[in-house]
Amino acid sequence: MAKKNDLLPGTLDLLILTTLKRAPLHGYGIALAIKRLSDEVLTVEEGSLYPALQRLLLQGWVKAEWKMTETNRRARFYTLTAAGRKQLGVELSEFQQMIAAIGRVLQDA
Amino acid sequence: MTSMLRFPRKVRLLFGREKFRDELNEEMAFHRAEAEKEFVEGGMSVEAAHYAAQRRFGNATRLKEQSDEIVGFRVETVVQDLRFAMRQMRRSPGFTLTAILILVLGMGANLAIFAFVDAALVKPLSYRDPARLVGLFESIAAGPKYCISYLDYLDWKQLNKSFDSVDMYTGWNFMLRSPQGTELTSGAHVSSGFFHTLGIVPMLGRDFRAEEDGRDAGRAVILSYASWQKRFGGRKDILGKTVTLDGVAKTIVGVMPREFHFAPVEPVQFWDTIDPASSCSKRRICHNLFGVARLKDGVTVPAALDDVTRLARQLEKQYPDSNQGQGAAVFPMTEVIVGDVAPILKTLLVGTALLLLIAGVNVANLLLVRSESRRREIALRGALGASATRIVRQFVTEGAVLVGAGSLLGVAIASLAVRILPRLMPADMLAGMPFLSEAGLSAHVAFYAAAVALFAWMLFAVVPLVRLPLRDVRGGLTDGGRTAAGVTWRRLGSSLVVLELATAMLLLAGAGLLTRSLYQLLHVETGIRADHLAMISVAGSPSTYDTDEKSIALEKEVLHRMESLPGVRSAAIATYLPLTGNGPFSDFIVEGQPVQPGDHDEATRREITPTYFATVGARMIRGRTFTEDDGLKMHVAIVNQAMAQKFFGGEDPIGRRIRYTGGTGPTLEIVGIVRDIKEGPLNDATRPAFYIPFAQDPGPFFSVVLRSSQDDASLLPMMARVMHEMDSHIAVFSQSTMETSIQQSQPAYLHRSAAWLAGGFAGMALLLGVIGLYGVIAYSVSQRTREIGVRMALGAQRSSVSGMVLREAMKLIGIGIGAGVAGSLATAGLLRPLLFRVPPWDGATLAGVALILGIAAMAASYLPAHRAASVNPVEALRAE
Repeated sequence: MAKKNDLLPGTLDLLILTTLKRAPLHGYGIALAIKRLSDEVLTVEEGSLYPALQRLLLQGWVKAEWKMTETNRRARFYTLTAAGRKQLGVELSEFQQMIAAIGRVLQDA
Repeated sequence: MTSMLRFPRKVRLLFGREKFRDELNEEMAFHRAEAEKEFVEGGMSVEAAHYAAQRRFGNATRLKEQSDEIVGFRVETVVQDLRFAMRQMRRSPGFTLTAILILVLGMGANLAIFAFVDAALVKPLSYRDPARLVGLFESIAAGPKYCISYLDYLDWKQLNKSFDSVDMYTGWNFMLRSPQGTELTSGAHVSSGFFHTLGIVPMLGRDFRAEEDGRDAGRAVILSYASWQKRFGGRKDILGKTVTLDGVAKTIVGVMPREFHFAPVEPVQFWDTIDPASSCSKRRICHNLFGVARLKDGVTVPAALDDVTRLARQLEKQYPDSNQGQGAAVFPMTEVIVGDVAPILKTLLVGTALLLLIAGVNVANLLLVRSESRRREIALRGALGASATRIVRQFVTEGAVLVGAGSLLGVAIASLAVRILPRLMPADMLAGMPFLSEAGLSAHVAFYAAAVALFAWMLFAVVPLVRLPLRDVRGGLTDGGRTAAGVTWRRLGSSLVVLELATAMLLLAGAGLLTRSLYQLLHVETGIRADHLAMISVAGSPSTYDTDEKSIALEKEVLHRMESLPGVRSAAIATYLPLTGNGPFSDFIVEGQPVQPGDHDEATRREITPTYFATVGARMIRGRTFTEDDGLKMHVAIVNQAMAQKFFGGEDPIGRRIRYTGGTGPTLEIVGIVRDIKEGPLNDATRPAFYIPFAQDPGPFFSVVLRSSQDDASLLPMMARVMHEMDSHIAVFSQSTMETSIQQSQPAYLHRSAAWLAGGFAGMALLLGVIGLYGVIAYSVSQRTREIGVRMALGAQRSSVSGMVLREAMKLIGIGIGAGVAGSLATAGLLRPLLFRVPPWDGATLAGVALILGIAAMAASYLPAHRAASVNPVEALRAE
């Protein structure tokens, strides 16, 4: 796997939660959404995606339901919960603080 | 907070593991299929797309594992820990076996006693609403918790304001006439509402009816389940049949349920109703009944006591002749039933709890020593990346395995002991304590066992961690022998040993006191020579021996035949033999003393033949014994010292006269004083008693006592045969030698059981305490090998080295014994109800057991001290 699209640690959860903010999605949909929204810069490895989803489920930030897709296949759709929405806010502000910090460091360089 | 939420989800996942995996598989398959579709749409061949999707997805198994790890409890790692724990234990079987054995002993003993305590003291009686049942007594001169007279009972029943119902019971031995002859069977007289008050109905037939208290008294009989089975084969058509008891044909009207028992009068084969026409029932001074009553809703025991005390006062005024000075007593029925054994059980429970404490401390100590030798292993695991939690979990797991094995075996041992111990008791005594045979692994016991196990588990999981280098990996890997931690451990270990020794001392002191008390009891002055005495009781049918002459003829014939048995040196007859009980009592007045209304002196009365005192080995103080003419020509009596003292003060009773109250009957001239004979139980004070010639008040119920020059037990079957040859309808019972009868009497039995059990527990405690001390001293010596080597290299003598070790041990022993003595003095009160003529702070006993413990402990420390002295300084220093 190419190293270039490695995510910053902790950002995967943030990305997943963000994509789920608009609408419930299944795992593949989440991966696709992240890829598209980042103009194909960020690729979520399946190897990280599913464990991450399980972690979010356990925390109660997302909930999962089996539904039918447009193509009439059964898929597990993940929905953001109220706690997840709150968590997203927290993570987002933390992330922005970090980005800002990194930005300041890079500016000085 | 989130972990609290997470936990139930994890638990759900643990049980829905299959579903979890299936869903994950399906989800991943869906993902791959979608990716494949995308590739195909992008122009790839179907096959290429399939592989590309697989590739991009990566190792599916690894992926699943990662998801599993997040959601799972890591069952696999628990199993790993468990397997490792087992391996560790197998590697040191000595440690494992010792630890488990100690735990099993401690838990087994404690749980077994707890099961008895639960059955006797915790579990409610098996009657309807048992909390409202109370026992009623009259308090009279003879005792504060005495029987009630029939007429007083009738008044209480009518006039009380506290009870729904009041009923009476009294144990009675029936003579049962059967085709094989006459035998004595146990039973009870009750008032007709007795079973109703208890809230029990017969399983077959009917209860007694109200008229069976009066007009029809004594005509109906109810069988116990056991006698229905044994005597009547459990036949249903038994109702309406008759059975001849005491020469009266009675109709069987019912059978009690199998599980029904009423401890105060058990064993009971036949229940019938109290005869209101008997001579005793007509006299207010004849106390022969016990009361049981059901409290009205909301009435407390003290309130009921106030009520019956008020009644007693009222009766006192109404019948001053008979009721002067009489009070009343009310106790919860539970207390009436388990009163005697309660203090013993409580003491044993405390004793076994202490033993369990020692056992726990000992195992904790063993774990400490072992954790010391595992320092390196743990440090190594830490260095290889094991987290602190994981290492802690390892010890938690090992503790669980240890406690699990120990508790399971302990529970097994306890349930075995609970079943076996009651069987070791004489059947009649066990019948009087039916709750003991009902003991078993109840929910209470299971809960208690679980609590003990949980506590032990926490202790054993935490203890090794005290000493482990969870953080300091480097220090753990290097030799930790000289670290300060060694000293900490030694201190902790030493405190534990002091605790063990103190507890052992406490238990030993208790056992010592109980043993001394047993000795005192068995050596109480009985006034007779108990060796070589064979005894048998006989009961002829009152209808056959219906005149005094016939009874006297029977007595003469029995004595004549008994005297000619081989080895018999003398034979005698008495209505009741020594140590059988203080009753019956007679009321009398001493002639020539001023009489106030209500004066009725009471003393035990015995009818005896002239050779009686000589045969049992009693000594006359003054005056003469009876002659063959006494009782026929003149009416005489011999009094014991207690009676002479109590009723005649300093004056000489010989030549004085006494008269039975009620004015009937002859006056008796006192012709002699005999040294006190213990007529009641061993632990009862000797009461005033007087003896009259058998011929003066003859009857067909009496006991024969023989003094033999050979084995007294071998006479017993011959005595029974003699009686059967004379008259097969004479019932023969209570065949025993005097020594056996003393040994097996209830107070001796209870004392002996308590002493044996407590002694057993104390012995185990002594062993465990001494082993613990040995462990600590041996460990301390092994830790100080280098130091000892240096000392010796610098010129220390071997004797001074071993002296140093012994001094350390002696300090621990001293503190332990001192604390133990202080503890036993502080808790002495607990033992008081069990002790007979031994003060709970008996100095000699305390000193004796302290000496035993001290010697045992010194012996245990001698070995390591000797080893310390034989350290080779060259090797000790080279071992660096």
